[in-house]
Amino acid sequence: MPFDYAPAPESRSIVDIESNYGLFIGGSFSEPTSGEFFKTINPATEEVLSEVAEAGQADVDAAVAAARRAYDKTWSKMSGKDRAKYIFRIARLIQERSRELAVLETLDNGKPIRESRDVDLPLVAAHFFYHAGWADKLEFAGYGPDPKSLGVAAQVIPWNFPLLMLAWKVAPALACGNTVVLKPAETTPLTALAFADICQQAGLPPGVVNIITGAGETGRMLVEHPDVDKVAFTGSTEVGKAIQRAVAGTKKKLTLELGGKAANIVFDDAPIDQAIEGIVNGIYFNQGHVCCAGSRLLLQESVADEALASLKRRLTTLRLGDPLDKNTDIGAINSSMQLSKIEELTASGEAEGAERWSPTCPIPDKGFWFPPTVFTNVTQAHRIAREEIFGPVLSVLTFRTPEEAVAKANNTPFGLSAGIWTEKGSRILWMANQMRAGIVWANTFNRFDPTSPFGGFKESGFGREGGVQGLGAYLNVEDPS
Amino acid sequence: MADQMRFTNKESDATVDNSTLTSLLHGLPGVDQVGLEGRAATLATRSIKKDSKIWAIDTAISMVDLTTLEGMDTDGKVRALCAKALHPDPTDPTCPAVAAVCVYGDLVATTRACVKDRVHVAAVATAFPSGRASMDVKLMDTKQAVADGADEIDMVIDRGAFLAGNYAKVFEEIVAVKEACGDAHLKVILETGELKTYDNVRRASWLAMQAGADFIKTSTGKVSPAATLPVTLLMLEAVRDFADQTGTRIGVKAAGGIKTSKDAIRYLVMVNETVGEDWLNPDMFRFGASTLLNDLLMQRQRMRDGHYSGPDYVTID
Repeated sequence: MPFDYAPAPESRSIVDIESNYGLFIGGSFSEPTSGEFFKTINPATEEVLSEVAEAGQADVDAAVAAARRAYDKTWSKMSGKDRAKYIFRIARLIQERSRELAVLETLDNGKPIRESRDVDLPLVAAHFFYHAGWADKLEFAGYGPDPKSLGVAAQVIPWNFPLLMLAWKVAPALACGNTVVLKPAETTPLTALAFADICQQAGLPPGVVNIITGAGETGRMLVEHPDVDKVAFTGSTEVGKAIQRAVAGTKKKLTLELGGKAANIVFDDAPIDQAIEGIVNGIYFNQGHVCCAGSRLLLQESVADEALASLKRRLTTLRLGDPLDKNTDIGAINSSMQLSKIEELTASGEAEGAERWSPTCPIPDKGFWFPPTVFTNVTQAHRIAREEIFGPVLSVLTFRTPEEAVAKANNTPFGLSAGIWTEKGSRILWMANQMRAGIVWANTFNRFDPTSPFGGFKESGFGREGGVQGLGAYLNVEDPS
Repeated sequence: MADQMRFTNKESDATVDNSTLTSLLHGLPGVDQVGLEGRAATLATRSIKKDSKIWAIDTAISMVDLTTLEGMDTDGKVRALCAKALHPDPTDPTCPAVAAVCVYGDLVATTRACVKDRVHVAAVATAFPSGRASMDVKLMDTKQAVADGADEIDMVIDRGAFLAGNYAKVFEEIVAVKEACGDAHLKVILETGELKTYDNVRRASWLAMQAGADFIKTSTGKVSPAATLPVTLLMLEAVRDFADQTGTRIGVKAAGGIKTSKDAIRYLVMVNETVGEDWLNPDMFRFGASTLLNDLLMQRQRMRDGHYSGPDYVTID
């Protein structure tokens, strides 16, 4: 008898989802002026989870005004030590409520509970703890003896790591003394709204954090608002370019964390079993909805056949299905729109002559799903080697020499991350210096830590999040006065 | 990589050239410690419930080499252990027997007399646990145990020779002990706690498999750490690659330090997701353990009755 794992679903009774949510402005929830709400669904079942408010111009104005008041009256005048108390309190509340937040994230996003529980939530808490520690030590961060905050930060975040991206944005902003208006993605607003509840629970002064929900139009109004001092965006390169155009010529300080098409480079002397795990983690983690995903696998030709055989064998053990099941490795695609995009790009891969392979895995009837997929015989000219797919789709290319690996890895308009797999330390250092990418992982992939700056080169954006470098994005470092 | 690893035909010559062995073993792919331990930790998060847990517990029981390896062992102790091995849960005839009873060589005859041919009898040999004795003594130790009725021999490798780079000595010892075993199955104990690095574990695994081991085994249980999840994962990867290249399937025995059902199930998950179904049976995977069995039995009773009965409802041996 084979070893079939019985269903092991995490209980969803720990979360209490309201039937609708208003906008979190000035410390309390309020109805949108338009009176309009939109649905947010569970992408694994298409079940409607809740309805959330659609913020219009008047709501955006109110949120920015609340943030401005809180900045002028309270937050900018508070000592770093006191700001730290609030941020530490938020961090502890996140830890206490981490199981609830993990289940909620999985319901709204579709990612496996194993990932929301073991990756997202521990990192969310870590980001708040780390930045809480900075709040009263900014004078030692290397930005001058008394670095000043910027003011009101407008933050627009994506749907792939909803609460983690919130943490990356909110924690440094608050630590540096700014107030925040944050807009979560329209398909994944629920954990941000739960975070609003945590802000209340922590007794955070009203208006320091404001959360407004809505689609792209709400985001546009927010970043274009004249009383915003700082814009931080994580999302697609296309939207990032529009935002950069919109803020051009204004006083607004901008950081953009955009798309990627990372190369994961495996040399013939790599620790092969761990490299295979790194490839899997690089592209199938979070269904490939990762801006720094290792979506291009560059294999040294001398080991390509063998490595591919090992990779395919490993992929047959991936378990796709109910994201709340503790044994699920691949969850649901976040939305039907994203699924269409993945389908369109994979169809182009086949049309352009690449060879497509997926392990046999049953696909649930309802919801949005895409099996882990590998394309071989891919060349630099194929769309699937150039465009960000943002799905569980790996394009495999080969190289013969380290120089060729460098040239192919850098031959992309993006430059967010790269992976290098070799047992030779000197080659790791040499390769890392050649990579035009903001993050270079050696013998690992998709590892994150709040102490380590994250950000891109080229069309992957600019500015850093995390680490001492990330503080610079929320401090007035250009114009100290 | 695979082609470089391919060894010369092991049957052709019993004396091997050390430099050939060295270049082959040192040509094996390296092991990244962080990655290996990370993978083992991820697999340990699998949640095994209900029917799959019932199956896993019975499978784990059937894989136990019920072991006593103490200076104070007596015929009486061994007889009690044999009775336990045959009927781990006397209140439940559906409970499977364990795979084997594992004892020191001088107690093999007593053990065989007790268990007849209903379970395997494994003897530790070759100057277990240190392996520090002359070759003649090791071979005598082995032959005597087989003559007394052992059908499985658990030998130790010469870790000193291995760490000194004298791979040929280790290889030749295994070949000689295998010959002394006759029809008995040979488990080769690597004592991974003394090899220290994962690279060494992979090399020792290949060396043992190439020299004719039927099983590779983590530990004697006398050195800490004994079996760990990462070390066992690495050895499973080695037997998987060896089977790919040679077509020969080698078994794996995790011994020492596995005390709870939860631990045992984690090992089975690792077997399942690394080498698959073909290894999920007592011919291909074993647990070397003593206290583990009672925890498996308590969990088994809990799954059957819906509640814990406690340690007084399983027998001590």
